[in-house]
Amino acid sequence: MPPINFNDIEVLLPLIILVIWACLLLLVDLFIPKKHKWLTALLAAFGLALTLGFTLSQLGSESNGFCATGKPSICMVVLDGFSVLVNALLLLTGLLGVALAYGYLKRMGIERGEYYTLMLFSISGMMLMAQASDLIIVFLALELLSLPLYVLSAFARSNSDSQEAGLKYFLLGAFSSGFILYGIALVYGATGSTSLSQIFEIASVGTSSLLLTIGAALILVGLGFKVAAVPFHMWTPDVYQGAPTPVTAFMTAGAKIAGFAALLRVFGSAFPNLSEDITPILWALSAATMIVGNLLAIAQTNIKRMLAYSSIAHTGYILMAFVPYGNPEVAPVSIAAGLFYLFAYTITNFGAWGVVIALEQKESKGLQISDYAGLRRKYPVLAGAMTVFMFSLIGFPPTLGMVGKFYLFRAVLSGGYTGLAIIGVVTSLVSAFYYLRVVVNMYMFAGEPKTDNEFWLRFTIAGAALVTVVFSLVPQGLFAWASRAVLKLF
Amino acid sequence: MEFFLQPLTLVTFFPLLGVLLLFFLPSDKKNLLRWTAMGFTLGTLGISLWVLELFNAPNPHLQLVAKYDWITVAGWNIQYHMGVDGLSILLLLLTTFLTPISIFSTWTAVEERVKEFMIFFLMLEIGMVGVFLAQDLFLFYVFWEFTLIPMYFLIGIWGGPRRIYAAIKFFLYTMAGSGLMLLALLGPGIEGKTFSLPDLISSGGIPTNTQFWLFLAFTAAFAIKVPMWPLHSWLPDAHVEAPTAGSVILAGVLLKMGTYGFLRFNIPLFPQAAVDLAPWMALFATIGILYGAALAFAQSDVKKLVAYSSVSHLGFVILGLFALNPEGISGAILQMFNHGISTGALFLLVGMIYEQTHTREIKVYGGLWKITPVFGTVMLIVALSSMGLPGLNGFIGEFTILLGAFGSTAINNPWYAGLSALGIIMAAIYILTMFQNMFLGPEGSIVEELKKRGHVLRDLNRREIIIMIPMLIFIFWVGLYPKPFFDLIGPTVDNLVAALQTTTLALP
Repeated sequence: MPPINFNDIEVLLPLIILVIWACLLLLVDLFIPKKHKWLTALLAAFGLALTLGFTLSQLGSESNGFCATGKPSICMVVLDGFSVLVNALLLLTGLLGVALAYGYLKRMGIERGEYYTLMLFSISGMMLMAQASDLIIVFLALELLSLPLYVLSAFARSNSDSQEAGLKYFLLGAFSSGFILYGIALVYGATGSTSLSQIFEIASVGTSSLLLTIGAALILVGLGFKVAAVPFHMWTPDVYQGAPTPVTAFMTAGAKIAGFAALLRVFGSAFPNLSEDITPILWALSAATMIVGNLLAIAQTNIKRMLAYSSIAHTGYILMAFVPYGNPEVAPVSIAAGLFYLFAYTITNFGAWGVVIALEQKESKGLQISDYAGLRRKYPVLAGAMTVFMFSLIGFPPTLGMVGKFYLFRAVLSGGYTGLAIIGVVTSLVSAFYYLRVVVNMYMFAGEPKTDNEFWLRFTIAGAALVTVVFSLVPQGLFAWASRAVLKLF
Repeated sequence: MEFFLQPLTLVTFFPLLGVLLLFFLPSDKKNLLRWTAMGFTLGTLGISLWVLELFNAPNPHLQLVAKYDWITVAGWNIQYHMGVDGLSILLLLLTTFLTPISIFSTWTAVEERVKEFMIFFLMLEIGMVGVFLAQDLFLFYVFWEFTLIPMYFLIGIWGGPRRIYAAIKFFLYTMAGSGLMLLALLGPGIEGKTFSLPDLISSGGIPTNTQFWLFLAFTAAFAIKVPMWPLHSWLPDAHVEAPTAGSVILAGVLLKMGTYGFLRFNIPLFPQAAVDLAPWMALFATIGILYGAALAFAQSDVKKLVAYSSVSHLGFVILGLFALNPEGISGAILQMFNHGISTGALFLLVGMIYEQTHTREIKVYGGLWKITPVFGTVMLIVALSSMGLPGLNGFIGEFTILLGAFGSTAINNPWYAGLSALGIIMAAIYILTMFQNMFLGPEGSIVEELKKRGHVLRDLNRREIIIMIPMLIFIFWVGLYPKPFFDLIGPTVDNLVAALQTTTLALP
């Protein structure tokens, strides 16, 4: 075992800080009286903000950590522009998650300090995922991010839906972990290494091996579970509906970002040679996800379930960006488009879930789409914000969703996948139907919706709506960041 | 600051100030809200007249150009690029002119949620003006899609009984077309590394085969918006359910976005495909003219009748555009303006009577002229203008279009023009029948019914007359002295046709 040097620490510094903070928070929380759990939330948010600061200070630096002795190219973790961007996005997700959760937990009577600790642990797993450059680390990160999420899904102990969600997510998650592990084993069998860079080297020399392809495909299946791609999406609606809403909001964004980061790391660094086999699979996954997600969303009457299917559909859109991953000319633009879309989706999605949280009442009341009737009259700002989110999810100007889709379709078209782009456009049209139903209810039907006035929730919703509109008019900086971040990957 | 003081930026985004101001006004002071919206739309009209004053008609190129880099990273080259030329100046004026008129028509028609109504209306104006001025494909797409949102709310909130169905149908139909357009406009954007329309046109050289597909994709968006037969089925629903002001803007401006799209994008950007497909476009246009006219004749609902007459009239515009000669295109542009005025006026008049009677069934009316002589006279003039009576505006447009279509080498088949001329006769039949049934003959049952309920049909009041006067002025002005209008259009159209002749193989 080589001695740990300071550079290794530096590569993982934000992550280490977050993990230590989470451990301390677990202890500190024991001494915070039940009435003052806001302090735990505040401390968690502070930890996330601190980590975000450290992450951003890494902007521009590139380095490897925990490398094999004498072989500086074989490393466990990596720090580059991509990991910084993804980590920043994940920490933002965490901050938004805390903001959405605080009032909700209190209102639903499930306020316990572990919530925040679990979230921090999960985020550290996601961050590790973005920095992994070895399959073992990918697996470790996957488990670290998943286990807290299983617990969080079942966090509303007294609610049987939440219990069911936790159990279901756990069982299927364990199943998908099995796939990944088996895939890693096969890849190891084919190449004799788990290091992404070494796998690439060995695979590019020898003739293509079936073992390697099957291994890669199994890893794809496992990650497909995590990002909820069709046909590995069966758990998604039940889990997203059953889990406490802030957990769902956090999962839809966080787990997706981490899953896609891993997908990109593993396939972009280790398996670009397999693109001939993998690209058609990704194409089919993406198309199926867009079609199934959007079609099934139409039939939903429960807003959580509808947004769950919408989240599946958006997985399909983001997957489009990964289809040309083996083509070094298109891939950077395409992956950058995917990253931008992830950002757009995260913001919009948190906003929409924020509105859902605002309207949710005890015992899962207020979650039908028809419960949104009359929202415009009683809460015009809330309804206006939700309208912005819905139009952004459809992809209408002037919102981030539209710019994201434009960017995405352009990348897909320049890769030559016109058919996929047409599927994307047609399914967006289908999606307009169910997103508009929410708008119709809010603006065109009468009703008496109830919400509670929670400052941080309102603040998050309003902020998300503002960002969704304003950043769509000045997306330049984000584009630049996203394209710089992926430049070194290919 | 320089950015905001550009005339074209100002004319586009001036209503935005109104939107922001309206947000802070109390929603129960209805008249304050109305006058604020009115003020801002009149202000926009004023700015557009200033644009007209600055506009140099003999210059065929884009004028008053505002061009700034917008998104220029990561292989993107998107600009905020606005400009006006002969193709768009009339439509700009039509938009800024019809918007205050429409708002003025809502004084008593819209009593519910006035604040939102005005906000959506001003937002709509931003989108519409932007569509006509944008010279960058991305920017155009943004404005184009944006117009859908306020219109969707206008139909869905203030519309008739089936308003939600109509609003969603309108939304989905239009979005289906614009989705394909989105993909198509990315095509040249990727090839040419720019989204600037003038740059794309001058660089030319899109392969003929690609042109063909891109042309079809753009056509999907524009044909739905126009709407061309057989993609028109959203229009009657949207028109019937929309509130009067919404119908006026829908018929007056939104439909023109479709025909304008053909003119601005399809013809110059894909000249070879335009020439090759011109006979097909003419065929669909002719079918639309006859089909729309036949259906208009069969309607018992007066608003539906006007809606189908739009399908017929816009067929003429398409026919003129794809004649691809100066007469056809100039006539088409003028006819866009004329149709905005005449059909807008028809919808206004229908709305005025509907406000009193709450029915649009033709058969319950009758003998209105005796009761409401001013209304009847105005209606007669507008109806005659719509059916193309010489001396009124409709005639000039349709005549020029037919002239162009007859002599067109691109269409190369005088039968289309010949059959389309039948459309004028059919227009005379359905419009005069409607007029006869509603205004002549014995008193209709509605008069009795209203009396029973203690209402007496009143004639146009002062506000309504003020609304109609500018419309009537334009009807006569274009009909009797169209030269100033053609002067605005002419040089740009000549330039466009000359460019077509040099870039295409088939057009002699």
